[in-house]
Amino acid sequence: MNRPGFVVAALAGAFAAGAAQTHAQTVPPPVPASEVFTAEQIGKAIAEPTPDAGKAAPSAANAPPDDGQWTSPGKNFAQTRYSSLNELNASNVNGLQPLITFSLNVNKGQEAAPIVANNTMYIVTAYPNYVYALDLTKEGAPLKWKFAPKPVPASQGVACCDVVNRGGTVDSGKYIFNTLDGQTIALDANTGQPVWRTLLGNIRAGETITMAPLVAKGKVYVGDSGGEMGVRGWLAALDEDTGKLLWKAYSTGPDSEVLIGKEYKAAYPTLQGKDLGVSSWPAQSWKIGGGTVWGWVNYDADLDTVLYGTANPGPWNANQRPGDNLWTAGIFARDPSNGAARWFYQYNPHDEHDYDGVNEQILLDMPFNGKMQKVLVHLDRNGYVYVIDRTNGHVLSADPYGPVNSTRGVDMRSGRPIKNEAKETKVGQEVRDICPTASGAKDWQPSSFSPQTGLMYIPHENICMDWTSQQVSYIAGTPFVGAKVLMKPGPGGNRGELTAWDPVRRRAAWQIKENFPIWSGTVATAGDLVFYGTMDGWFKAVDARTGKPLWKYKTASGVIGQPISYRGPDGHQYIAVLSGVGGWSGAVVSGPVDPRDGSAALGFVNTMSDLPKYSTAGGTLYVFTLAH
Amino acid sequence: MCSRWLISAIAILPLLTAGCDQKASSRQPTPLPPPAAAGVVDSALVPGIAHASVTTDPKADAYYDNADAVVTGKRLFTQYNCSGCHSNGGGGMGPSLMDDEWIYGGRLEQIHQTLVEGRPNGMPAWGSKVPDQQLWQIAAYVRSMSLPATLAAQNGPTPSQTPAPVPRSAASDPGWHPPPGTSNDYTSVTQGPH
Repeated sequence: MNRPGFVVAALAGAFAAGAAQTHAQTVPPPVPASEVFTAEQIGKAIAEPTPDAGKAAPSAANAPPDDGQWTSPGKNFAQTRYSSLNELNASNVNGLQPLITFSLNVNKGQEAAPIVANNTMYIVTAYPNYVYALDLTKEGAPLKWKFAPKPVPASQGVACCDVVNRGGTVDSGKYIFNTLDGQTIALDANTGQPVWRTLLGNIRAGETITMAPLVAKGKVYVGDSGGEMGVRGWLAALDEDTGKLLWKAYSTGPDSEVLIGKEYKAAYPTLQGKDLGVSSWPAQSWKIGGGTVWGWVNYDADLDTVLYGTANPGPWNANQRPGDNLWTAGIFARDPSNGAARWFYQYNPHDEHDYDGVNEQILLDMPFNGKMQKVLVHLDRNGYVYVIDRTNGHVLSADPYGPVNSTRGVDMRSGRPIKNEAKETKVGQEVRDICPTASGAKDWQPSSFSPQTGLMYIPHENICMDWTSQQVSYIAGTPFVGAKVLMKPGPGGNRGELTAWDPVRRRAAWQIKENFPIWSGTVATAGDLVFYGTMDGWFKAVDARTGKPLWKYKTASGVIGQPISYRGPDGHQYIAVLSGVGGWSGAVVSGPVDPRDGSAALGFVNTMSDLPKYSTAGGTLYVFTLAH
Repeated sequence: MCSRWLISAIAILPLLTAGCDQKASSRQPTPLPPPAAAGVVDSALVPGIAHASVTTDPKADAYYDNADAVVTGKRLFTQYNCSGCHSNGGGGMGPSLMDDEWIYGGRLEQIHQTLVEGRPNGMPAWGSKVPDQQLWQIAAYVRSMSLPATLAAQNGPTPSQTPAPVPRSAASDPGWHPPPGTSNDYTSVTQGPH
């Protein structure tokens, strides 16, 4: 159970004995392929592909030349997660072996990216958010310092989906990270001593922080988690030197608090109007309406803009909140100087399926409609790859990359998804075989992009669900969900996929099927390799052009972290990743969760009840290299 | 922890205080007053006695063998969003309640106490927010989730839908048992080596 306190057998042996044997759940059969739409049926774009008009790549400002370090989870402002190191390649990667392992002393889901700066590796763990600094110049990478922020234990009780942390960033001599109980902390990167600590979240209102802060041009950007607790989402900008709050932009409510002013101009008329963050909700509901900001924040150096997604509206029971529920489940572009919104696009108006809009954006300059355009590519929970003009929020194309039947494509004129009435959720009615599932065709786990191959490497899920909405009351600090969900495998039965996606030609180049959802990030390297991990513990390298498996290594637990590639003090290329299964999908292993309850962990257990047979909880850093 | 309070409270256990204050430990032991209302014991360890004493709350009596209590408790469990964390007994944000592990004790008094006081790793304190009778009903439903009869009634992926009443035998638990299937030889003495 992994909780302190003496565990007492409940009753006399007669009662205690049988518990673990009864009613072991089995993974339900997959949804038939005939239940979902094909890309040909629902993929849409405002123009046909024009691959001859140029080559997709991040701009130099958003992806400066690689210095061999890995100072932020996304690697660069474009968040390509691409390493230009090429010592490792298809011909030698089978010689990769672990050089360093390090126990994190925390057996919860480890989603963070190791960070490398000045020959030091920085790791933040899941709650209680220990930070370790390892000296890479010395044999065995000994501990340089450790910092324990001591988040309040009660914060675990308001964390929806395991007590994860998605990493920190080194900038200007500081390691900056967030804690589950709502703090942003800057440590002196050399000593581990706090430079400043700012409390941004209120756990009594259900707020936690799990996201990786973005640090750009002297500001630290942080958003809240708690979309399942009736919180109100926000993005805060802090002064990097002092931790002082510079501005805070809410995701719901009046324009004055959403920071919508004269600068704001939407690409679609439904997103233009006064106080839509109030009027698109029933009275007062926006105050507890979610739209949290727990995913990835980009700084676009080309346009001096901050870009980030907002999460699902709350509660999950959509019947309790008629309206578009702005500004949830969409993407904001803001002026970093004062937070003023420039544009917004909503992926999922009146979301009925828990499709948060917080997944990553990769910023590219890409040929489209015969010319090079400044775009962002976003893999939404709703199953579509969006290519959006990042100068104005206009959708250029939206194609399914996973199983989709909740919508019939995105209307290119209105920008709105075309709802499939048969999959709309209702109070008291079980709607079956909705694809993708609540956690999406992909959740938070970030993709990478290789400018060499022009492909994005998308780690994702192939899972659908049955959903019954239920009336729910708001009680501050408790879950505000109002839905019973039971997840099940998507068509084919493989619950995970690695898809190499060509954003220019709008099609998959190759795909690898995995038994479990791929909950790790990917990293692409100049040696034309892609690395990713699996929930049953494998860390793998495949050929970036063909998907051919080249190497794999079995780690101690499942891998849901973000792999990185860096140049060590000896000039050689290293690959690092955390092993430690958990997260929403892995709560059945890392959490105090019983696999006999399919509705447990918000319904994820129904399709993951077999994971405990494949992996156990853990927390270990692995660093791989060739023998040299 | 060598406070005056500690020394006087456990003065009859010289071993424990020896490291603190030699003078104190050599004093004539004074008998402790009989235990007052000690709250609800959560630990199997009670210094000075072989078994934890069972603390009982007469209010619990009404919720044993009470089919209405578990059915009402089931409704309240959803109404107060308990299910948001504990699902239908399998857990999520909060721990599983349908297994045979009780972090803070599995007797009705202990579950009730957990509901009233909350627990440090995220369980809210409901004592001032929910009528006491309802807390007892929720406690009865929570206790029912891991009863063999409730588990046997599970039909499909959602457990705890047909909660069995909590039998009175659940009240006789002294807090700790040797694990089932073990031979209880922890008190035996052997002569050796041979």
